[in-house]
Amino acid sequence: MALKGNLAVFTTTQLLNLINLSKRSGSLTIFEGVETGEKMMLGDGRTQIDKLVAGKPLARLNFREGKLVFAEMQSKDGHLASILQRSGKLNEEQSRLIRQRAEALKMSDKGLALSLINANYVTQKDIIQSIQKHTVSIVFDLMTWKREPFEFKEGDQAPASRILVPIDLRNIIIEGTRIQNEQLELEKEIPNLDMALRFAEDPSSFKNIKLGANEWRVVGFINPKNSIRQIAKACNMTDTEIRRIVYALLQAGLVQMVKPQVEAKRRPDIRHPVPRNTPDRDVVNRLITKIKTINKTP
Amino acid sequence: MQTVKMVITGPFSSGKTEFIKTISEIDVVSTERSITPDSVESQEKSETTVAMDFGRITVDNDLVLYLFGTPGQRRFDFMWEILAEGMLGFVVMVDSSKPETFREARSILETFRAYAPTPYVVAANKQDHADAWKPEDLRIALRIEDENVKLLPCIATDIEYVREVLLELLYSILEEMDSN
Repeated sequence: MALKGNLAVFTTTQLLNLINLSKRSGSLTIFEGVETGEKMMLGDGRTQIDKLVAGKPLARLNFREGKLVFAEMQSKDGHLASILQRSGKLNEEQSRLIRQRAEALKMSDKGLALSLINANYVTQKDIIQSIQKHTVSIVFDLMTWKREPFEFKEGDQAPASRILVPIDLRNIIIEGTRIQNEQLELEKEIPNLDMALRFAEDPSSFKNIKLGANEWRVVGFINPKNSIRQIAKACNMTDTEIRRIVYALLQAGLVQMVKPQVEAKRRPDIRHPVPRNTPDRDVVNRLITKIKTINKTP
Repeated sequence: MQTVKMVITGPFSSGKTEFIKTISEIDVVSTERSITPDSVESQEKSETTVAMDFGRITVDNDLVLYLFGTPGQRRFDFMWEILAEGMLGFVVMVDSSKPETFREARSILETFRAYAPTPYVVAANKQDHADAWKPEDLRIALRIEDENVKLLPCIATDIEYVREVLLELLYSILEEMDSN
């Protein structure tokens, strides 16, 4: 079952989060969006967006057990010589000559890397860091894409000739989220600032996570008794600033949104809870017995 | 005679009416209206619920379960609060093959949780569709971090699935009683 969709309704960050949390292995391809002239209805039954179908592939990411291992984008030269040049490890002339030679000898990236290390042009660390930088820059670019169709193929592997550098997605998600913050999008993601936050159940999710000063300030106030609005006030942040930080923490799986234990001050548009009908156990058991026996032909 | 009620909610065209039709012992009392032929909605389906759907399951002479389906279109959301009043629990239907409706599904879920903190389950509908997302992916997409919340595969036209979804909701209600 392929995971298909459109970045207009399921963003790159959300996709990376899904792949990270479910520890997927496979390839994610982003396609050019080809207009169909038709509209697509969103779940509210009134908002319409352009319906696009997949055209030519524009970018591809590969994952292994939830880690990003490879990225290529049509608009970014992914040859190892170019990657090393962009990260300042080779000059333009060196890059051009090495590329020419590698192409003449039909060398793979792996073979070329070995030759460059043996010739003391670069170190293994230089190569890994340069590829990481290239990969991450592709992901950050993808995070700004807003409407392209995508497809995730389970088990699909990266080209064998390429150098795979595993990258933890959580820090990318946090950094990428900082880059792509847009007020409107954030309001859609976190419509209700009267919700509270609590830390994720699994404390191991905090390992290797780097937080900024503002994020630490917010983290200090995380408690199911404090609404997001109250945290923003305590930290002297605007709604957008707090949304930015909470969104990043949510996407990285560090916190969860919960109803506040002590009711936060209501916004005027929040409706009052309706009375609850408390059933007794006998009623529920009788319902279960009845429903188990229903065998109606549709 | 005691009556109890459950609410079937979810985004536009997620399969709420079909779900109730599949298990109700009576012909569903529906308030469906035709969608304008040229509209985008009409590409999805020809009719939409404007007030509610109503189904019934008679347990015995003393007990009846009513199933209320909410209108999917936001412009009829004034009905939601009315329908939520006194519910035992609710089912959030999601069309697993339409990621464009996931955000709305999450918003509806949060709204109903705000109306009443009753147990609920999420039905990952249209699992027979080629493009359907798996329930475990939907859990992440809908940000349902609480593993106690059941996210169940569903095909709203198939009685087996519908029965299972309602049973799981009832089990959740029992579990909540136990925990209290």
